[in-house]
Amino acid sequence: MANQQFPLPVIDGDSKIYWEGCKNNKLMIQKCEDCGQHIFYPRQLCPHCMSENLAWVESSGKGTIYSYTVVHRPRHPAFMDKVPYVVALITLEEGVRMMSNIINIDVDQVRCGMPVEVVFEPINDEITLPKFQPIRS
Amino acid sequence: MSQKRLAAIVGVGDVELENGKVPGGLSVLQIQAIAAKRALEDAGLKKDDVDGFFSAGFWGIPGNGLFPTLSVAEYLGIQPKFTDSTQIGGSSFEAHVGHAVAAIQAGLCEVALIVYGSTQRSGVRQGGGGNIQAEYMSQYETPYGLPLPVGSYALAAQRHMYQYGTTSEQLAEIAVATRKWAQLNPAATMREPITIEDVLQSPMISSPLHKLDCCLVTDGAGAIVVVSPERAKDCRKRPIWVLGHGEAHSHMTIQSMPDLTITSAVESGKAAFEMAGVTHDDIDVVEVYDSFTITVLLTLESLGFCKPGEGGDFVSNQRTAPGGDFPLNTNGGGLSYAHPGMYGIFLLIEAVRQLRHECGERQVEDAQLALVCGTGGYLASTAVCILGRD
Repeated sequence: MANQQFPLPVIDGDSKIYWEGCKNNKLMIQKCEDCGQHIFYPRQLCPHCMSENLAWVESSGKGTIYSYTVVHRPRHPAFMDKVPYVVALITLEEGVRMMSNIINIDVDQVRCGMPVEVVFEPINDEITLPKFQPIRS
Repeated sequence: MSQKRLAAIVGVGDVELENGKVPGGLSVLQIQAIAAKRALEDAGLKKDDVDGFFSAGFWGIPGNGLFPTLSVAEYLGIQPKFTDSTQIGGSSFEAHVGHAVAAIQAGLCEVALIVYGSTQRSGVRQGGGGNIQAEYMSQYETPYGLPLPVGSYALAAQRHMYQYGTTSEQLAEIAVATRKWAQLNPAATMREPITIEDVLQSPMISSPLHKLDCCLVTDGAGAIVVVSPERAKDCRKRPIWVLGHGEAHSHMTIQSMPDLTITSAVESGKAAFEMAGVTHDDIDVVEVYDSFTITVLLTLESLGFCKPGEGGDFVSNQRTAPGGDFPLNTNGGGLSYAHPGMYGIFLLIEAVRQLRHECGERQVEDAQLALVCGTGGYLASTAVCILGRD
């Protein structure tokens, strides 16, 4: 299974709640209770104001594509049989930016600014990856 | 010129490549020793004059990237009293020069030797872009299969195209112009002429970047000697003064880059210009990191040679080629000369040779002032040096 060959996230103290959330089909991000800003990726303190007063909130899972690339030559062998595929940076409604794949769309149709929503792709018992697909109105 | 003379580059050295490889199976330590000895001979200095030592690399013991100053200084028989193994990617060596100037100014050393080497082409490929672990901040990126480093630069290129209408043809202008410089440099790895069409027809790696938008993968070694004004008086070659320097970094992972179209060269460039007391129009020759064509375009904008979004127009009509009015990457760059993984030291070596008027066919006429800008990581770090001759 190609899926099991690519490097899986090593869950740590920062990311435990994030990956648990994904497993339950919730995209959990942090919010600073002092300065009010959302944070991605999760960490010990707010990178805006250094407060440790951070709350976990569920993202709407909606956002827009900030940028993307169609990969034709992967570096890791596990991705060779998936080309061409799209890796994108998505700006979530909460204002934070994260990387993911854009799926359920022809790779030639992907554009910057395109509205997308999260879908969850289980990989194994521990890891479910958040991916994104176009919002079809 | 009225700038302060804080420190000068008085020696540079490198090694020859054959088809991008060091000849005869030389090890990564051997080629650094050769480059270091050549740089010291160039300066007219001895090994025992060296009291400051700087190095960074992807090779290392006991693991990739570890203890470069300890290893290389031991091999050379140098026991420095000032040491710096700053590792911020390909721009590390511009940062090393800045740190050497500061250390010399503070009286902590007088003769600084900066050394780099890589046998990634002929030997084992080590580190650099081959990031396959999914730990710490990379656990949120690696599972999605972005090929590093090219994928990060592709994301920046796509965003620049979206925001400003920049085209693949405009990026290709950079690759074509750089190849023309390489044709004038006998030491360059790739010297066959290419056209914009060749770039666009080369295989797509990670859209919108084609194979010919990407730097070479070669071996290489280089060394630089930086000394105090007092020591510069007794050196063989004329001093090339470090008139200004600056450094900055903005992120590690590409998802954390604040704006994919603006690099930290905004800050590092501003610092270097202010320290040197010169303006953009004063610069005669520019050497900027060209890991990818987009790196050049973003860097020229961020340094302020043109406005944000105008980089595509700026490089059009072969403006940066030999005979154009903006001489850029005059040795053929990482795109056509060599790219051993951390290219920044070769930007400095070429700038010094240009300012000494040693460049033969590719010499920029009467070059007095050069700007060098290294970029490291995934558009993450920049370090700028402004160099000048008396």
